[in-house]
Amino acid sequence: MIEQVIFYIFAGLLIFSASMVITVRNPVFAALFLVLSFFSSAAIWLLLQAEFLAIALVLVYVGAVMVLFLFVVMMLDINLARLREGFTRYLPVGIIVALLMMTAMGLVVSSEYFQTDTSAPVTARAPDYSNTTELGKTLYTDYLYPFEIAGVILLVAIIAAIALTMRKPRSTKSQQPSMQVQARKEDRLKIVKMQSEQQQ
Amino acid sequence: MIELSDVLILAAILFCISVAGIFINRKNVIVLLMCIELMLLAVNMNFIAFSHFMNDITGQIFVFFILTVAAAESAIGLAILMVLFRNRRTINVDDLNSMKG
Repeated sequence: MIEQVIFYIFAGLLIFSASMVITVRNPVFAALFLVLSFFSSAAIWLLLQAEFLAIALVLVYVGAVMVLFLFVVMMLDINLARLREGFTRYLPVGIIVALLMMTAMGLVVSSEYFQTDTSAPVTARAPDYSNTTELGKTLYTDYLYPFEIAGVILLVAIIAAIALTMRKPRSTKSQQPSMQVQARKEDRLKIVKMQSEQQQ
Repeated sequence: MIELSDVLILAAILFCISVAGIFINRKNVIVLLMCIELMLLAVNMNFIAFSHFMNDITGQIFVFFILTVAAAESAIGLAILMVLFRNRRTINVDDLNSMKG
């Protein structure tokens, strides 16, 4: 009973904040509402006993990705009025498409195949059950290679993001080894022949 | 007690909201990226719901990988956005027509 109340509170908060993300005028507020929706979905994940992923969602998304979003939004000097053009024009299309998709998915999901009693019953966990331990055991045995590939993907993302946005500062003096190797004595040194002068 | 279909319907509502967001915010690249993040969140919620109600931890592993790829995607997307703004001084989707024939 108490679980259901908590679930509905956070589900309402999640739907409210998600609809504010797509309708609010200022992108900064959209990013902040996205933070709120990540928090409330982390609470729902905690209810579903996915503790590690709930904490990882808060740490990775709220702590890193959303800060990056806010940083970019505040750094870009964007013209809000131009970006809002066509908002009311596309609103009916968006609502119609969303309602159609919602009807289709609702029909599928609320059918008898997705009721809880048809799947395996949810067993109560032992008090010393650790979600993180179980996840780690599975991740480092059965899914070791995908885990390493995920690490490589993150490395590629780091390098790509830095390489895309890095500008060379113009004031820095740097060596160019190819020019250094190509330098010859004739270019730099000039020997002038002249008569020796008399000593006074 | 929460039912499986409750969580699935919540995820479906979240997904539909983000699809509507892509339709109505189609000028603003930043909000488009945020809508994609919301979509991935809805998909993750489905995975976690099935993982919980079927007593199978593999669903959470998939969420882990989706989180990884989504973080990489948003980092690269925002970097591309920065370069775009630096070169064109705009992030309006309608102005990005340099490849139009």
